[in-house]
Amino acid sequence: MQRFKKRNNTRQQQNWMRNFLIILLLAFYGSMSAQGHDDHSGHNHDHSTHDHNHDHAAHAKGDHAKDDHAGHGCGHHEYAECTKGWKYDPAGTAMHHIADANAWHVVGNIYIPLPCILYAKGHGFSFFLSNKFDYSGNHGTGKKAVDRYILNHGQVMRITEDDFPMGVQDVCVVKDLDGHVTVNHHGKTYHAENKIVWDGGVIGGGGTSFYDFSISKNILTLLLAFFFLVFVFRKVAKGYATYEKQPPQGFWQRIIEPIFIFMRDDVCKPVIGPKYEKFMPFIMSLFFFILFLNLIGQVPFIGNPNVTGNIAFTMVLALFTLIVTTINGNKNYWAHVFWMPGVPAAVKLILTPIEVLGVFLKPLTLFVRLFANITAGHIVILSFVGLIFIFGDIGYCEWGIGRAGGSAIGMVMAVALTVFMSAIELLVAFLQAFIFAILSASYIGAAVEEGDHH
Amino acid sequence: MIGSLASIGAGIAVLGAGIGVGYIGGKAMEGIARQPEATGDIRTNMLIMAALIEGAALIAIILSIFLANQVPA
Repeated sequence: MQRFKKRNNTRQQQNWMRNFLIILLLAFYGSMSAQGHDDHSGHNHDHSTHDHNHDHAAHAKGDHAKDDHAGHGCGHHEYAECTKGWKYDPAGTAMHHIADANAWHVVGNIYIPLPCILYAKGHGFSFFLSNKFDYSGNHGTGKKAVDRYILNHGQVMRITEDDFPMGVQDVCVVKDLDGHVTVNHHGKTYHAENKIVWDGGVIGGGGTSFYDFSISKNILTLLLAFFFLVFVFRKVAKGYATYEKQPPQGFWQRIIEPIFIFMRDDVCKPVIGPKYEKFMPFIMSLFFFILFLNLIGQVPFIGNPNVTGNIAFTMVLALFTLIVTTINGNKNYWAHVFWMPGVPAAVKLILTPIEVLGVFLKPLTLFVRLFANITAGHIVILSFVGLIFIFGDIGYCEWGIGRAGGSAIGMVMAVALTVFMSAIELLVAFLQAFIFAILSASYIGAAVEEGDHH
Repeated sequence: MIGSLASIGAGIAVLGAGIGVGYIGGKAMEGIARQPEATGDIRTNMLIMAALIEGAALIAIILSIFLANQVPA
């Protein structure tokens, strides 16, 4: 009895210590964000760019064109005067952080350069590491142009003018209020192509004159996910081969088995039907791939790669579902799409277009759902973190307690809200992976169902 | 202007989805209360239905975001 009590006490102490450490870590994280905000007051920081340019657009339009002193003079942004509105731009910051990037921002001023592989017609391939753009201390906006390519907020863009010199050039990249990116080089203004990367250029943004095969942040995360899953599942498979007819052994086998059994018995078997074994690999790959990518997007301090919040990526996944459904669709399925049995001919004329549309609408909703859920989660968390900077501005401009004081107040709210939202996002990460898998399974199930009705 | 209208549209879309998902959730709870042994089946179907409704709303929201963020050519 005595011993039991003692052990229980120790465990409680350990729990208490762990909770304390977690809170300490969060406070540290928040204060570091606030600190970073203050440190950047003298530098070019993307949070300032928008309002800054707004001021310039209103007051001194020609200022940037004259400002050919690339690097320092270009990147020098003072805090906007309080009368000119708040300096911090939460929407722009959120968009910047959920987008794909050609440099992996870790924390503070630490970046991992990623290889750029770019192809433009008439110029050929360009290979280089993205730190050739010299984005350090500039929040992902390059101070150099390489072969007419520039880096704007972590993304590669191309200068449209043909007379811009090739090779490495000092430039000043400026984004104006309308989202146009201009480049100042030796007193001349050049324009960058419009490109919206965060929607994959699918809607809006349009095509570009160059092809981007770069190993960007998202691509690197995909490769990471691939190698990780291969490693885990090889280990698990080996475990089952070694310990046949025994309870699961080891860390990975014990984690994977319950999830796998659940997905098999509660998703694949009832939803797909008797032919479920043929589609198990596909459904399971989808589930674990999406799950891992959702979860890695939640980990702080590693740059939060937002892969499943990239519409191009989810579209490819849904395309696989469409292909598998189409290839495996039997006579029954196609009959129900094109010429439904047991329905009057007049109604068939209305129903057939809807059903044909439905074949494509199902994968459409599939990828939009995943994309929107994950993107929304990231935006909400970034907005809560942005409270720190908003309160910093309010504290400086309205309350007279300085940026640090305002940031501290914002941090108290931001940490609590971010923890709460992260917990919800953890649930959403599992739920969305599950829903993608179960809906894919149900579409496949509808395609392979044997008809014995009417 | 388009941005503001798009925001209102997103809000209306969320309203519709909220009503739909709330209805499903409420009915699922009723079903579970009536037949606790069918909890697993009801939960799975509830999630699928909620996801389907959510899909329609999400398409509206995404279109709103694209409209609000469109870069003028």
